[in-house]
Amino acid sequence: MQDCRLDARDLACRRGDRLLFEGLSLALGPGEALRIEGPNGIGKSSLIRILAGLLPSFEGRVERVGGVGLIDERPVLDPQLPLARALSFWRRIDGAGDDQLARLGLAGLADVPVRYLSTGQRMRAAFARLLGQRAPVWLLDEPLNGLDDAAARLVETLAAEHCAAGGLCVVASHQPFALNGMRTITLTAFSPPASGRGREWVCAAGEEDEHPSPAREREGLR
Amino acid sequence: MTRTLITLLRRDLAMLLVGNRRGGAMLPILFFLAVAMLYPFAVGPDAALLTRTGGGVIWVAALLAAILPLDRLIEPDIELGMFDQWALRGIAEEWIVAVRVLAHWLSFAPTLMLATLPASALLGIDAHTLRLVELGLLAGTPGLAALGVTVAALTAGLGGGAALAGLLVIPLAVPLLIFGAGSLTADGPSGLALTAAVSLVLLALAPFAGGAAVRGARA
Repeated sequence: MQDCRLDARDLACRRGDRLLFEGLSLALGPGEALRIEGPNGIGKSSLIRILAGLLPSFEGRVERVGGVGLIDERPVLDPQLPLARALSFWRRIDGAGDDQLARLGLAGLADVPVRYLSTGQRMRAAFARLLGQRAPVWLLDEPLNGLDDAAARLVETLAAEHCAAGGLCVVASHQPFALNGMRTITLTAFSPPASGRGREWVCAAGEEDEHPSPAREREGLR
Repeated sequence: MTRTLITLLRRDLAMLLVGNRRGGAMLPILFFLAVAMLYPFAVGPDAALLTRTGGGVIWVAALLAAILPLDRLIEPDIELGMFDQWALRGIAEEWIVAVRVLAHWLSFAPTLMLATLPASALLGIDAHTLRLVELGLLAGTPGLAALGVTVAALTAGLGGGAALAGLLVIPLAVPLLIFGAGSLTADGPSGLALTAAVSLVLLALAPFAGGAAVRGARA
């Protein structure tokens, strides 16, 4: 797998007039995995999009080495097309890859239009697209949404294989994600400083085994 | 890169021609023919009047027909997340918009020019005027396609984008209409040349304006 690295320094994210987080740094190299956890609306998805380069950060910068594969709540497959044809569009864009339908339990659904698939089937279809892309940097936003237990274990296995093959993986999820050697970063809200910042509120990023403290600048993971 | 662009063009054409439950390529053409059919009913069977005004009516109908598919040019792909995935793969929005202009033009212009033949029969247009109308449409429709995709990109993500897009296209298409329909009067060739010139300007601007608009809609 091609070389990969993800390096973010002092990220801040603002949506509207709310500061979701600031002073967030992280660094990942080949074979490493990171989970971003936190309650709904805390900025996990925004962080994933900033890391992907799809959303400009309010402050800070992101350096990426290697192609980026993104999973979010949309399968990004043409809804009116049968699954196999919708996936073949991406296979033509990404260059020929192996057909992963059987492994993901989608072999029987190849002729079913994407819009008839269930939430969990769509997520598995999205993973078929991601595997075909063969990007070393995986950014997964709530990858276990709608998946049954067996499919969730499969996704964890896929992520583990990806890391073992020298890829890196960032998972934003409020659900547990079992992966050996995975670090965790927790986005937490805390009350505004005494100075009062109106409706703005700030959250700090810290490692899981630390108590989130109201410090606005936290050192990075590495 | 060429392979990627061809793949994109094939998908765009499949989407625009079939239209997946949003009308497809036939709807604007039927609309265009309906206008050509209704006009003689409205103004009465005065052959001289129809012949004199028919070319202009075809131009107006063509412009309005080109507005119909605007809501499915850009917005569905933004909602699907297609543009995000293309951006991750390093495919520039400018290329995607350029391909989409070509696909949009292919999906409506050739059939529109074909439908102009029965429409001109309905309006009693003579062969000389018909030739000028067809040449004018050939020169003007690429500009209409470029304008349509640009405006579709600008209004994607705004609520009620389709109606707004139509309203925005109409004033911006006025130069095309003036030169295109103007070529039907005395000095034809210069009108055609000016129509083609406006088209070229719009074609040159569309990928950059549309690409920037798509990126703007992302944040």
